[in-house]
Amino acid sequence: MSNLLPEVQEVFRLVFDQPNLVLTRESSAANVDNWDSLAHITLVSAIESQFKIRFALGELEDLKNVGDLLDLMEIKLSS
Amino acid sequence: MQPTPTSDIKLEDILLQRKKLRRQLLTSGNLRDIRIAVLGGTTTNELVDMLEILLLQSGFHAIFHQSEYGRFYEDAILEPQTIAEFKPDLIYLHTCALNVRKFPSPSCTEQELQTAVGDELNRYRSIWKSLGETAGCQIIQNNFELPAAAILGNLDAVCAGGRTRFIHELNRQFAIEAAANPRLILQDLASISARVGLDRWFDPKRWYSYKIANTVAGSFAIASSLAALVRSVYGRARKVLVLDLDNTLWGGVIGDDGLDKIVLGRETPVAEAYTAFQEYCLSLRARGVLLAVCSKNNEEVARQGFAHPDSVLKLEHFSAFKANWEPKHENILAIASELNLGVDSFVFVDDSPAERAIVEAQIPGVAVPNVGSDVTDFAPVLEAKRYFEPLTLGKEDMLRARMYEENAQRASQERKFANYGEYLDSLEMAAEIDSFNSIYMERIAQLTNKSNQFNLTTRRYTLAELTAAANDGRHIGIYGKLTDRFGDNGLISVILGTIDDRKLLIDLWLMSCRVLKREMEIAMLDALAERAKARGIHTLTGIYLPTAKNGMVADHYEKLGFTLVSKDDTSESTVWSLDITGYAPRSRHINILELAHE
Repeated sequence: MSNLLPEVQEVFRLVFDQPNLVLTRESSAANVDNWDSLAHITLVSAIESQFKIRFALGELEDLKNVGDLLDLMEIKLSS
Repeated sequence: MQPTPTSDIKLEDILLQRKKLRRQLLTSGNLRDIRIAVLGGTTTNELVDMLEILLLQSGFHAIFHQSEYGRFYEDAILEPQTIAEFKPDLIYLHTCALNVRKFPSPSCTEQELQTAVGDELNRYRSIWKSLGETAGCQIIQNNFELPAAAILGNLDAVCAGGRTRFIHELNRQFAIEAAANPRLILQDLASISARVGLDRWFDPKRWYSYKIANTVAGSFAIASSLAALVRSVYGRARKVLVLDLDNTLWGGVIGDDGLDKIVLGRETPVAEAYTAFQEYCLSLRARGVLLAVCSKNNEEVARQGFAHPDSVLKLEHFSAFKANWEPKHENILAIASELNLGVDSFVFVDDSPAERAIVEAQIPGVAVPNVGSDVTDFAPVLEAKRYFEPLTLGKEDMLRARMYEENAQRASQERKFANYGEYLDSLEMAAEIDSFNSIYMERIAQLTNKSNQFNLTTRRYTLAELTAAANDGRHIGIYGKLTDRFGDNGLISVILGTIDDRKLLIDLWLMSCRVLKREMEIAMLDALAERAKARGIHTLTGIYLPTAKNGMVADHYEKLGFTLVSKDDTSESTVWSLDITGYAPRSRHINILELAHE
C-alpha cells in the first residue's frame, strides 16, 4: 500500500499556505486550524485536481479524519 | 515565481496556492482599493476568492461584501441599507438558471411564456432599482446559462414551454435592459458557460453539497470575465495592439521572399488564415483599438507589404509604424511616447518567442500573450484574454477619460535585464558549428539561395557547386545551427571562403534574420578563425557587395573589427581584412557544442 500522506500533506500545506503544517491520520477539521467549510471545498477541489480523482456525492460525509480520506483515495487510485 | 501583471495565473495555481499568491500580490505597489458587494443566488465564496487574485494581478485590491447564499433578492429589496453602508464601488449580482423562480410548464402557451418572462424580469428590475437608489453605483448582472436538462430536446428551444426557450427570451430582455440602463453592465454568462461547455459547467454534486452551481473551471471562467469587466470600468482595458509583420500579419519574410512571395489572400489555407487574422485586427480597429507595427525589417520593404493586393490592412490603419533593426522593446517605448499612452494599455503579438520574451522582460506592463507561432491561434488567444473588453461603445470612452487621471502608472514589478548580454544569457543559446557535410548540404544550398538581408555578397551557388567546394581542399565552408530555450532555430548561418596562400577570401557569409542580434556572427567568426589558423592562414579578407536588400550588413565587418582595405566608388562595395595570427575567441553568450569527429 502506497503512502499518500506526504503528498496529501503537501496539498494541505499549499492550500493553507502553512509550509510547516504536519498532517497525521488523526488530523481532522476539528484539530487543524482554518479547516472550515470553505477551506474544505478548496481542499476537495485541489485533491481532485492533483490526484485526478472524483469523489462521489456523499462519500466525504462519512469520513472522520485524514486517515479515512487516505483510505478512500487509495481505493479510488487503485481502481 | 512571482506572479506579475502580464504572466498567466492558471486555475491550478489558484486552487493550490491562492493564499500564497494573495500574500505575494498584496506586496505589489500602487494597488487601487475597490469595494465590491456580491449578491448571489449561489455560494459565491469560491468565485470571489478567484476574482480577488485576478484583480490583485490587475492592480486592484478588492474588499468584498457577500450576501448569504440565495439571499440576493432579500438583501437587495429588504435590506439595501446594509449594502449601502458598505459603500460599494460596484455591485455584482450573480444568479443562475437554478435561481429562476418559476419556469412555465412544458405545455404553456406563447402568451404564458411572455408573462413568465415578464414576471422574472420584473423581479430583477426591482432589484436593480432598489440597489441603484440606495447604493448608487454600477451593477454587474449576469444573464443566464442554458438549462442543464433540455427535456424537450431540440424542441426545448422552440416550444413556449421549453426551458431553453425561456432562458433565450429572458436573456434577450436582459440585453434590452442593459442597453437602456447606463447603471447596468451585463455579464454574458450564456456565452461564458457555452465556451467552457455546459457538460463541463454543471456539477450537481457541488450544488447539493455546497450550493455552488458550477465546476471550479466554471468559477474561474466567471472570475476571469469579471476581472476584465472591472478593468474596463476603471479604464484599464487595453487600447493598443502592437503587431509584428513577418509570419504574424503575413506568411513568410518580406525582406527575403519579396512582396510577391509573402503569403496572403485566398489561394491557400495558410494565406486564408493570415488574411483572416488581418480582418480580425481590422475589426478591433473598427471598434476603437489602435493598431501599431513593430517589426525587424527595412522600413521601406515593410511598408510595401501593405501594398499587397490581398492585404486587408492598409498603412492608414496603423497609428504608429516602427520597422527597423532596433530591439523591439525600444520601438514599443517609442510607440508609447508617440501615442502618448502608457505601455500598460499595450498588447504585443509576435510569432517569435524570443521577441516576446525580451519585450515582456524589458517593459513591465505590456501584455505579451503566448500566441504560439500558428496564425490560427492568434485571434482565439487574444479573445480568451479579454484585453480590450469594452463596457459600451461610446460610454466606455467617457468613463475612460474620467478614470484616466486616477490611473497611476503601476510600479515596476518585473525583473529587467541589466544589459543586453544578460538577456542573451537568459536565452541559454547553444550552437553547433562545423564544416560543410553531406547531411546539411541541401539546407546550406537552400539558405544560400534564399537569404537576401543578412547576406554579404548575395552570391548564389548550386548544390553541386557547394558540394564540390566542400571537398576540393581549397575552400573552408562552415555552417551554424542555433538552439535556445524556446527551441531549435535549425541551420541558420553559412560561411564559405577560398584559400589563397596565407589568406582566406570570404566569398559568402549569410545568416537567417530570425537570429539577428544574438551574436551568432561572433560565434561563426570564432569558428572560421580557428579553422583558418589550422590551415596556416594569417588574414581573413571579407567583401561587402551592396544590394537593395542587404543594407543591414554594410557595417558587418567593421563591427567585427575588420579594417577597411578599399572601397569601390561606383558600386559602393567594400573590402575588409582581419589579421588572425593572434586571434582569441570572442563569443561570450553562446555555448559552442563540441562535436565528435571520427
